[in-house]
Amino acid sequence: MEHGSLTDPSQSTFSLVDEDHTFANAVRFTLNQDPRTKFCGYSIPHPSDNRVNIRIQTTGDAAKTVFTDSCQDLMVMCQHVRSTFDKAVVDFRMSKSVNGMDIDSNN
Amino acid sequence: MSSDTEDTTSGSESEASDSAKANSTLDFIEKLSDVPMGRLPPNIEFQRTRVECKADAPIHTDTFQYNGAYASMGVDNNLVDSFCDNFKVEVINLTEDEMEFDMIGIDPALANAFRRILIAEVPTMAIEKVLIANNTSVIQDEVLAHRLGLIPIKVDPRLFEFTENNTPNEKNTIVFKLHVRCERGGQRISVKSKELIWLPNGSEYPLEPQDTKSDSSSKPKTYTSFTCSQDSLPEFSDNPIYPTSGDITIARLGPGQEIDLEAHAVKGIGKTHAKWSPVAPVWYRMLPEVIISQDIEDEMAEKLVATCPVKVFDIEDIGNGKKRATVARPRACTLCRECIREGKGWENSIALQRKKDHFIFKIESTGVLPPEVLFTEAVKILEDKCDRVISDLS
Ligand code: SF4
Repeated sequence: MEHGSLTDPSQSTFSLVDEDHTFANAVRFTLNQDPRTKFCGYSIPHPSDNRVNIRIQTTGDAAKTVFTDSCQDLMVMCQHVRSTFDKAVVDFRMSKSVNGMDIDSNN
Repeated sequence: MSSDTEDTTSGSESEASDSAKANSTLDFIEKLSDVPMGRLPPNIEFQRTRVECKADAPIHTDTFQYNGAYASMGVDNNLVDSFCDNFKVEVINLTEDEMEFDMIGIDPALANAFRRILIAEVPTMAIEKVLIANNTSVIQDEVLAHRLGLIPIKVDPRLFEFTENNTPNEKNTIVFKLHVRCERGGQRISVKSKELIWLPNGSEYPLEPQDTKSDSSSKPKTYTSFTCSQDSLPEFSDNPIYPTSGDITIARLGPGQEIDLEAHAVKGIGKTHAKWSPVAPVWYRMLPEVIISQDIEDEMAEKLVATCPVKVFDIEDIGNGKKRATVARPRACTLCRECIREGKGWENSIALQRKKDHFIFKIESTGVLPPEVLFTEAVKILEDKCDRVISDLS
């Protein structure tokens, strides 16, 4: 849910239900990395309320655009982490099986 | 500051000396080498990339996320664009249920998100409902049910759905039976988790007392409504479901005591209850760096080697009978700071640092899924979160 003004789309607060520090802090990082953000931060208004508020103020673009772009950035980063990780695991298994064969042939 | 106060107190007399001072300051500034553009000066680069562990407390512990943090020096602090080039993963160790790997070139915000998701949001199957027909053991029903809930079950949770409106069927519930009795006159026995028997056909307990008049051909209604047997499904036909370890003690029975129950496992996440958490612990630490800036020799070197509890230091010979301390295993350093404690005299010759973007990540799985699968699942969950927010907003 977005809370903002009708006349100035460059600043709003996004209220996300069922999210916590996990997502908010990660997306705050990508938001901070976006040159269009002037300010961003998040808060959890009450610990027993499953909700996090993300405040975004931009240099002019619509806050919503910047926010979705940052989510997109985060997603791209995750995909890259996943592919790099999978590759590292495969490499590790390969090197291990090669080493294992070496030991066998030495015997 | 000082020249300002001089100005107001002593009048025109000091003006000449003031301007001379100003000139010399200007000269000094002009003689300075240029501020390097496009590159951070070493001291600031150090603050950006390292946590320095001093004897009293660590300093420069924060990360600089703002992309314009170094704009005045012509440095773009944007890490997202260069992320794909710089990010690296190195697997150190990988076994069936344990994994250690290095994640290099990532912000703590993301590393921590993965850790939090692994603990609280990767789903698994765990016993949630226990129907107790008979329990004459000394363990109370609720304690017994709690113990059963904590037993990790070896089954791929991705094959199941979350339970909705309380309709247990073959797609969201796994049923186990536990029936043990300790015979009178015998020895006391321990009930182990291997005694939990998977019931692929669902619950065997009838929902209502059997009506003798009703036709005996139709099956009685039970606590679950399975449409088919789970072992007829291709996923489970040749891999039966059982606890990850058969050796977990559930209860102890004395002679004449009996436990007869049915346990229903459902899908859930660690946020709801820790029994659904797929990891025993998952943790990371930043890569430690130990640097000896002034040579430490001879007895002092030997003392230093003996000081470190995890044997970070070694001794090398530097010819003519002299010995010098070297850093042999910096990775093992726990940053206990024993070596830089005051009074030991090494505060200024040893520097302890941590690299802010290098994480030593360790995953210990409960055995439900292999650790590498857990991590990929966690990353996928974060992607799903982004996806959900994007589609909610558009
Ligand atoms: S901080 Fe502790 S573990 Fe690290 S090198 Fe010093 S004594 Fe060893």
